[in-house]
Amino acid sequence: MTSLLNRLFGRPRKGSGKTAKDRLRFVLQHDRINLPPERLEEMKRDILAVIVKYVVIDKDRVEIALEQRDRNHSKLVAQIPVVKQTVPPSPETIMDSHENNSDRPADETAGSVDEGKSADDDAEDAAATSDDGKGADEEEKENKN
Amino acid sequence: MGGKVVTVTSGKGGVGKTTATANLGISLANLGKKVVVIDADIGLRNLDVIMGLENRIVYDLVDVVEGRAKLRQAMIKHKKFEDLFLIPAAQTRDKMAVSPKDMVELTDKLREDHDYVIIDSPAGIERGFRNALEPADEVLIVTNPEVSAVRDADRIIGLIEAADKGPGRLIINRLKTEMVNKGEMLSADDVFDILSLEIIGIIPEDESVLSASNSGVPVTLNEGSRAGMAFTNVARRITGEDVPFMNLEENPGFFKRLMRFLDGR
Ligand SMILES: Nc1ncnc2c1ncn2[C@@H]1O[C@H](COP(=O)(O)OP(=O)(O)OP(=O)(O)O)[C@@H](O)[C@H]1O
Ligand SMILES: [Mg+2]
Repeated sequence: MTSLLNRLFGRPRKGSGKTAKDRLRFVLQHDRINLPPERLEEMKRDILAVIVKYVVIDKDRVEIALEQRDRNHSKLVAQIPVVKQTVPPSPETIMDSHENNSDRPADETAGSVDEGKSADDDAEDAAATSDDGKGADEEEKENKN
Repeated sequence: MGGKVVTVTSGKGGVGKTTATANLGISLANLGKKVVVIDADIGLRNLDVIMGLENRIVYDLVDVVEGRAKLRQAMIKHKKFEDLFLIPAAQTRDKMAVSPKDMVELTDKLREDHDYVIIDSPAGIERGFRNALEPADEVLIVTNPEVSAVRDADRIIGLIEAADKGPGRLIINRLKTEMVNKGEMLSADDVFDILSLEIIGIIPEDESVLSASNSGVPVTLNEGSRAGMAFTNVARRITGEDVPFMNLEENPGFFKRLMRFLDGR
């Protein structure tokens, strides 16, 4: 069936031609800014290392990508979800917090928290982003409802 | 300033620069233009055999640059066209024997009484490429629908832009329609998407190119050759004519595909 559609509506989407195009795009992205893939990964790690000195980030949802319109227009686009935090954590807690709260970046937390919560509650919720805080937060909500 | 200098280059070797230069030279001459083709691939002389002029060579490019021969003496007239000349490369010297400035001086003289000067660039991005690029008014980049050739084309396009010789136009050579239709080869559109450069020609893979190089009679002189027709179209586009792309069946219309499908092909 796919082959029927392909024959009628144009060339196939799969096949080594498509692979060639994807591979070319990838290679050229790096060629054009003279930054090989491994170096880009290294740079991403460096960027994140700086950011976590200041805020807690949701490591698993970080997206840093190289985008390219054409030969002369490349940009780095980064999405780095920041986890809400009131007390600056020690470096160890930064790393620990990701494991347990990877699905809860600050913006989403804020959305669920805003309604009818006092500033104190809010603060508590944010603090709850590390370790066992998650359980506490859920209890809190149940109490309110 | 008179005639126009067109440089044919590629980055990657073996993609069809010399084939393109020879055929464009002949097509332009066939259109009544006064043309000189220059083989700038010093040390790897090739254009002479492709054009069937190898046994007429006395002087070469380096002889002219170093003052051993007058320009006229190194210009070999084509057998068939009064106004088509070849300046061959030196076979026993290296690329450093000629400088970009030499090439500018040489082509400035040729411009005076010719419509087109076409330069066959060597592969690579070194001196030979610089020599070919420096005098260019227009640059044609030859590539094949293949990952490494397109990658090298991208690199060379960057260098051409950096040298203020851009944007240049693309010749996609050795396209196999059947494979493109099966999704097994980059299409001309794919190459365009990636390089975002105007395409001046799409040349099909064609066995007659090989026979042509065997006999020293470029495919443009072979009426039935599809590659020859495609090169002629490129030549006409160079002169500014608006020539529709010939149907390489690269992207046949719906009904054609339907027919083919019903045909069981
Ligand atoms: N459209 C075509 N169809 C079939 N064969 C082709 C086509 N174009 C070029 N060729 C073949 O490809 C080979 C390389 O062509 P050519 O010598 O023109 O490349 P080039 O870019 O000048 O190479 P170099 O970088 O070594 O100077 C030759 O054998 C030629 O016959
Ligand atoms: Mg060549």
